Amino acid sequence: MSFEPKIIGFLCNWCSYSGADLAGVSRIKSAPNVRVIRTMCSGRVDPTFILKAFQLGADGVVVMGCHPGDCHYQEGNYKTMRRIPFLKRIIKDFGIEQERLRLEWVSASEGDIYAKVVNEFTEEIRKLGPIKHPSCKVKLEKVLGG
Amino acid sequence: MVNIKIDDIEVQVPEDTPILKAAEKAGIWIPTMCYNDLIEPYGVCRLCSVEVVRGKRSRVVTSCNYPVREGISVRTNSEKIKWLRKVIMELMVSRWPNVKVVREMAEKLGVEKPRFESLEKDESPDACILCGLCVNVCRDLVGASILGFAYRGIKREVVLPFDEKTDKCIVCGACTHVCPTGHVKMVIEDYKGKKPEFSLGPKTAIYVPSMQAVPRVPVIDPNSCIHFKTGGCETCAKVCEPKAINYDMKDEIVELDVGQILVATGYDIFDASQMAQYGYGRYDNVYSSLEFEMMLNSTGPTGGKVLTKDGKEPRSVGIIHCIGSRDTNYHPYCSRVCCMYALKFAHLVHDRTNAAIYQFYIDMRAFGKGYEEFYSRLLDEGINMIRGKAAEVVEAPTVNGQEGNLLIRCEDTLIGKFREIPVDMVILCNAIEPKRDSDTVRRLFSISKSPDGFFLERHPKLDPTSTTTDGVYIAGCAQGPKDIPDTVAQASSAAARILTLISKGEVEIDPIRAMVMDEYCSGCRICNNLCPYGAIEYIEDKKISHVNEALCKGCGTCVAACPSSAMTGQGFTDAQILSELEGLMI
Repeated sequence: MSFEPKIIGFLCNWCSYSGADLAGVSRIKSAPNVRVIRTMCSGRVDPTFILKAFQLGADGVVVMGCHPGDCHYQEGNYKTMRRIPFLKRIIKDFGIEQERLRLEWVSASEGDIYAKVVNEFTEEIRKLGPIKHPSCKVKLEKVLGG
Repeated sequence: MVNIKIDDIEVQVPEDTPILKAAEKAGIWIPTMCYNDLIEPYGVCRLCSVEVVRGKRSRVVTSCNYPVREGISVRTNSEKIKWLRKVIMELMVSRWPNVKVVREMAEKLGVEKPRFESLEKDESPDACILCGLCVNVCRDLVGASILGFAYRGIKREVVLPFDEKTDKCIVCGACTHVCPTGHVKMVIEDYKGKKPEFSLGPKTAIYVPSMQAVPRVPVIDPNSCIHFKTGGCETCAKVCEPKAINYDMKDEIVELDVGQILVATGYDIFDASQMAQYGYGRYDNVYSSLEFEMMLNSTGPTGGKVLTKDGKEPRSVGIIHCIGSRDTNYHPYCSRVCCMYALKFAHLVHDRTNAAIYQFYIDMRAFGKGYEEFYSRLLDEGINMIRGKAAEVVEAPTVNGQEGNLLIRCEDTLIGKFREIPVDMVILCNAIEPKRDSDTVRRLFSISKSPDGFFLERHPKLDPTSTTTDGVYIAGCAQGPKDIPDTVAQASSAAARILTLISKGEVEIDPIRAMVMDEYCSGCRICNNLCPYGAIEYIEDKKISHVNEALCKGCGTCVAACPSSAMTGQGFTDAQILSELEGLMI
């Protein structure tokens, strides 16, 4: 059986989640590999969640928010914009490829872009192969516990 | 107030009123050819001369600038005055025999053939009669002082400085307006030196924007108003009886507290000069849809007549659909209203002229109630429908020996042939575009836009009037191109939604809020600066942070940032999201 990546997507309620919804309403096909967790704002995505996702065996994590300047909460996505590059450096230390974490801007009207991002990212992760356990898992467990 | 007697009629007028005005009040006509209410009397024509009697002495004065005094009596019709007027009129007629106002006045005063022969006889019907109105209006009212008299005696004439064209003239047109003979003419030239017959802009500096304007009051265009150029004029203020003219009014920012907002900021029309092939802005007779609409208006520049720029009725008219819409180079969407207004244009042109009408369309979209029937009716009226977007509009100097035509080149896809159609007038159906400042407006209300730039509704099918921001609704072309019935329906729906909330009296809000667990909070204050709403305050005596629930919108930025996990987001707690994660990873 070929490798099917497990990807966690953190989608902000106002833009990306609506965008994903629109992709569905518009019958745009997208890879089923992304499992979506809704948050009110991409700024709610605690870096711990992303590390936890990797610890639990996710092959990739994508965080999607509103385009800069369009945040429903005015500036939540700016916080995310600063957090993700930091986190990318940290996951490298755990032995996780930086490409496994992505930040994307998808607005509520961009159903097609949502599908494109999801498909592209899934393909990229498919090429990277499964996340390298247990080395990074042990390290993550040390940090996050259980 | 003073009491005077004019031709034995007693009148009471304010002191310093000129006799001419007092006579007017008494119902006595005094002839004059150089008097205008708006300008200081000049007393140059001498026609208004009257006899003023004070005691036993009498004097002949010009009534236009002679102020009344208590007890004087005036004779306007004595033999002396009659003789005087006759001589003046004879002199005028001998010099300007063909000027209409002079001849009319001569007739009124009973002058038939002058006894004199003038050395400077000018037989043109629009000769200058040296009344000085233009010079005075330019100096006293307008304040530009461009016109003036030159030379003396019978050589006197009105000239521009150095008798040359000047750019100091502000082109207000006041001189042409006051000139009684039509001698002062205004020549408007465009950049090519051509003289347009009419322009589609407002004709005067003060105008009512449209007869349907609400409120229907005139506005002043500061760019063309004389007052804003020279500080003079103020004619409109002088004639306005309720004193409603205010030159000091400025744009001001008004702050209002409101609970809900309906954003109906409308649209812009596509600037057709971007598509150079259609010649908009280059050829005189290529109109945008709005310009043509204005021409059709009975209060518009042509009074509702369909005319080419040189004032002739067009022999054929071409209407080109989809300018900027359904075009991947500009806007991929359909502007929805153009097909129907193009048909309306065709109908009205057919109604008002004998022109042949050609419609160049990609697809006819007669989608609304009664629209298809209108389309069929138009086909019966004999409109030529050509399926195929016109390729270009070019100038064709002569077609069948007639000059000044435009030529529309297109492919008629129904007969599969390339066609060239000569027309006198082209009407472009410009696309409906999002307002140019729509991005600023949308950020102001934190609402999103669709890929086409129009405001985004909360749900395309289930909630087409509200937005993701509570209390902000959208309607009309701000949300997307639509015609009047659709706009009215959407706006009514939005208004009903707003009224529902008002009548309810209270607002339901999502229970998603951040909350501080006091026992974990270390008082680090990281969260305090993160909150865009200022909802987190620091309680000094407890040394912890606290969330004001009324201000908090529940974004969770502070929750993600809290280093001691003291902040929780209700509905989206760490535990909830982590178990969601675990569930998803099975």
